[in-house]
Amino acid sequence: MSTDDIEADLTRNTENAPSELLARLFFFVCAVLSVVTTASIIVLLVSEAAKFFSVTAPLVGFAGETVSVVEFLTGTTWQVNSGEFGVLALVSATLLITVGAAIVSVPLGVATAIYLSEYASRRARRILKPALEILAGIPTVVYGFFALLYITPVIQLVFPDTGTFNLASASIVVGIMIIPMVASISEDAMSAVPEELRQAGYGMGATKFDVSTGVVVPAALSGIFSSFILALSRAIGETMAVTVAAGSQAAFLQPWNPASYLEGALPMTAAMIQLLLSDITGGGLGYRSLFAVGLTLFALTLSMNIVSDLIAQRYREEY
Amino acid sequence: MDQSTDESPDPIDESVIETNVADAATSDTARGPADTIVEARNVDVFYDDVQALDDISMSIPEQRVTAMVGPSGCGKSTFLRCINRMNDRIDAARVEGELRLREKNVYDDDVDPVALRRRVGMVFQTPNPFPKSIYDNVAYGLEIQGIDGDYDQLVEESLRRAALWDEVSDQLHESGLDLSGGQQQRLCIARAIAPDPEIVLMDEPASALDPVATSKIEDLITDLAEEYTVIIVTHNMQQAARISDKTAVFLTGGELVEFGDTEQVFQNPGSDRVEDYITGKFG
Repeated sequence: MSTDDIEADLTRNTENAPSELLARLFFFVCAVLSVVTTASIIVLLVSEAAKFFSVTAPLVGFAGETVSVVEFLTGTTWQVNSGEFGVLALVSATLLITVGAAIVSVPLGVATAIYLSEYASRRARRILKPALEILAGIPTVVYGFFALLYITPVIQLVFPDTGTFNLASASIVVGIMIIPMVASISEDAMSAVPEELRQAGYGMGATKFDVSTGVVVPAALSGIFSSFILALSRAIGETMAVTVAAGSQAAFLQPWNPASYLEGALPMTAAMIQLLLSDITGGGLGYRSLFAVGLTLFALTLSMNIVSDLIAQRYREEY
Repeated sequence: MDQSTDESPDPIDESVIETNVADAATSDTARGPADTIVEARNVDVFYDDVQALDDISMSIPEQRVTAMVGPSGCGKSTFLRCINRMNDRIDAARVEGELRLREKNVYDDDVDPVALRRRVGMVFQTPNPFPKSIYDNVAYGLEIQGIDGDYDQLVEESLRRAALWDEVSDQLHESGLDLSGGQQQRLCIARAIAPDPEIVLMDEPASALDPVATSKIEDLITDLAEEYTVIIVTHNMQQAARISDKTAVFLTGGELVEFGDTEQVFQNPGSDRVEDYITGKFG
């Protein structure tokens, strides 16, 4: 090859060829699109919510009816018609359901993950994993019916005073709904624990239980915690099942009192559905409260995701 | 990791690394004949249809270091894992023949592999401490086996016997993973001996370590044979010659071609194949 050929060959500049540039542009646009969509939703949420509070309304040049932030965040009565917007009534219901769902899903999800990762034969795993995924694919409104028609009657057998709509039933069904998420993320974390660690345990004369609970679970702790947080964020944001099962009467229930679970209440998501379906006038206070509740919900799930990242970093094991 | 070399009881010097075959082999005469602790009788191992070990029979002496050498894939690690039934964890593995630990065939139906492994500790090729503190690593075996006693003292004793105490005594509650590779492997040895097993199996324990760390592990193995039976797999001929009393040579196909006193195996091998292998003509 002559010197000229080498010159031409080595300076083709394939990196900046039109096809390469086009591909780069396409991927960039896709990436930007998803970020922009998310960002604009947040902007909309914040700017609309700003019109709801008396502190921020002047800032966005809004002159209509407003509610004070303190009243919104500390009030315990949610009565849209009489102008009472105490979000704690909704938050308490959401938190009760989330805690109840955690009580159901965390032990069952982790136990399922331990079974799948440590005990199940290859054949059992082949059957069970898809079954779990099907559980995750059931439409959430179906879970709502299930709670109302099957779980509530069972609860009423034990506690006859329980209302048709109650938080226990909503908690249990949301818990069942998020078991697959806890189980599958936890199982991934446990499967990622190196075989050498299990061998070390078995080589010491550890039983399967010793190895599962004393070696694998601690080593997978960061992933297991992440699964809790992600699943509970889902529980907080869950809408259809709780709208059907928890009721439509907003009530502030004491989160520390177990008896609260036997009563109905209105979680944040269900309250938003109720606002959307009611005859609230566009632009009215009720309409704008929708965005305030939405923003509160977003703040709650966002902070859980941040906590999840922090925990995952704190407990990350390098093996 | 070697800041403490000067504190250790046996500073590393050339003489340790070059300990010759004759020295290692004299221990048998010095300590008298040893009883047999593990006896293999016609052991065959198959992975599905592939035969990994072919009719192995040998008697491993108590409180001695027995080395298994041979080229990759010769079945030496497989044999090691038969002794504590770690092969049970591989679905495809099938063991035939008898493998007796003090007269009891460990492959009898009534043998509990968990109980067996409490008598037969194991150290693996790659150091594999648990992601726990140094203390908890050593105490792990004591806890799962429900051993009573002063754990602080037992942990210290085990770390001393593993020649690691001086290096870690002020960081017992820090993660075992923060140690260097050689220290991690000594931690694994401390963990294995803490519940006081009868036999310590070692599967190429120094293959992932540098020469200095390797030399420390070798010294340690020689010391361990005072109390324990050590069975070690190695691909390093010189290592086998330096530290073992007995040497078993496996060759490709899972055959045991020679087993005897280390001195004899290395100086006067019984077959040309073994001589070719140990002198480095192949493998």
